Amino acid sequence: MAAGFFQPEGRRLSKAAVTALMLPFFSVIALVFLWPLLSLLSLSVLEPEPTLAHYQRAIDNPVYARVLWRTLVIALWVSAVSLLLAFPVALLMARSEGPKLAFITACILLPFWSSVLVRTAAWSVLLQRKGLINEGMQGIGLTAEPLKLLYTQGAVVVAMVHVLMPFMVLPIYGALRNIPADYARAAAICGAPPWRGFLHVTLPLALPGVIGGFILVFLTALGYFITPSLLGSPKEMMISTLISQQIREHLDWPFAAALVGLLTLFVTAITLVFSRLFGFDRMLGGRK
Amino acid sequence: MSQQNWMLNAFVYAVLVFILLPILIILPMAFSDTDYLAFPPKGYTLRWFESFFASSRWMGALRFSAEIGLLTALCTTVIGTAACYALVRGAGGLGAVFQGLLIGPIVVPHIALAVALYLFFQQTGLSGTRLGYVLAHTVIALPFVVFTVAAALSQVDPALEDAAMSCGASRVTAFRLVTLPLILPNVISGGLFAFIISFDEPVVAFFLAGIRDKTLPRMMFDDIEQNLTPVIPAIAVLLTLLSIVVLLAGWLLKRAAERKAPAAPSEP
Repeated sequence: MAAGFFQPEGRRLSKAAVTALMLPFFSVIALVFLWPLLSLLSLSVLEPEPTLAHYQRAIDNPVYARVLWRTLVIALWVSAVSLLLAFPVALLMARSEGPKLAFITACILLPFWSSVLVRTAAWSVLLQRKGLINEGMQGIGLTAEPLKLLYTQGAVVVAMVHVLMPFMVLPIYGALRNIPADYARAAAICGAPPWRGFLHVTLPLALPGVIGGFILVFLTALGYFITPSLLGSPKEMMISTLISQQIREHLDWPFAAALVGLLTLFVTAITLVFSRLFGFDRMLGGRK
Repeated sequence: MSQQNWMLNAFVYAVLVFILLPILIILPMAFSDTDYLAFPPKGYTLRWFESFFASSRWMGALRFSAEIGLLTALCTTVIGTAACYALVRGAGGLGAVFQGLLIGPIVVPHIALAVALYLFFQQTGLSGTRLGYVLAHTVIALPFVVFTVAAALSQVDPALEDAAMSCGASRVTAFRLVTLPLILPNVISGGLFAFIISFDEPVVAFFLAGIRDKTLPRMMFDDIEQNLTPVIPAIAVLLTLLSIVVLLAGWLLKRAAERKAPAAPSEP
């Protein structure tokens, strides 16, 4: 997604032609994206009169504040665990070639091609009281009785890591692949042991990719809906399940709109800061 | 060094097992002759596939999702290609706005968009309708199609089109006969991508579903939440087969594109 994609070249189109060709794009984005979002957000500050009370309520009420806090903590856990798993995978990919690289890439991309719902169902089977994991742990004598694994925060974190981890691998791999192998060799020639070369040469150069992947997973995890609502406990909601509950059960649109506003503003702010610092490309694993 | 490499390899393969395991475990459960999900599967039966294909509710959802997916693929490729072409051959200056608007649907959480569209469609009478879903999925899939098409379009040498127009072809003819065939593989794979995104989209579908018309992911969500039967693994098997077909088609397209692509213009 280099900016070069969108640079004009060749014989120019007339203004009218450009307008006609761009019109469908701009109208879809304006009508089906910007307008609905803005009119929802306007509910959060204009209902029943200009007010910030709905935002106040989300932050001040301890029940809702706890949901916001839990959402942040779970999203941080998911991103941290994903980073821990994704970095070595990206490192090995950057050091491999041929069939091995193709195999790892295929495994990492496979989840993109399988339904999120199917994978969530798989985790709910694996984590059941009589599921494979409980029976396995009892089988090797790790636990005496089946543990409650399903409908816990742990289940939500594991299943979300499973879905989101591949999104972390790609930007890190993109960053690592662009570091010339000479750099590590130069560090070694200057006498640095491999770990030192890695720490002082490879890691700093890969950092934008690492941060990009981390933020992408973190932001996606914040608003994740399917996994928490199927594998999580209703007593330990995340913001997305709270939004859904406010709309479907309490019909409290202004408050739900305020929650959407908090989520969207937070996510947009972090994205803007990141793209100012590093460029948005890095988040999706693009080459500079 | 080699010991380090050995450890790195072992760790990575353990991670790959974690990635693959749930998918590999759920597939055989489709053939289990039990009313619940059993692993290892007990007995062998195809009745879950039969009950999927015999159920008018599942078939209705499948047809509904397929229609929405196809229409979404059509809309995104037409709108996306037109916009990309206008940017590449326009006077310039719109690029930054365009890119900012494209990033919007990627960054804004789907739950936020879903809730916003739920409200908007209620006000406009579009909730539960085919058009509503197609519009929603078009917004979600459009960025991915645009990036796929733009990648191909930026590789096409504009001199080819200029040459065609110098020989008397109109702009439309030059696009249709010169540029479009060159970018067609990417346009089609963008469309496939859009179809998959729409076909597998659970969040917007969760909020927009009417009582009658539900998409396949929405039906699966209800089934998983209420009573998880081996119909779900049976659908997983079918979806996996579909993915393999789509991936193969994409791979063939890519090969076709590589054979067709002219040398990239030599600029930085």
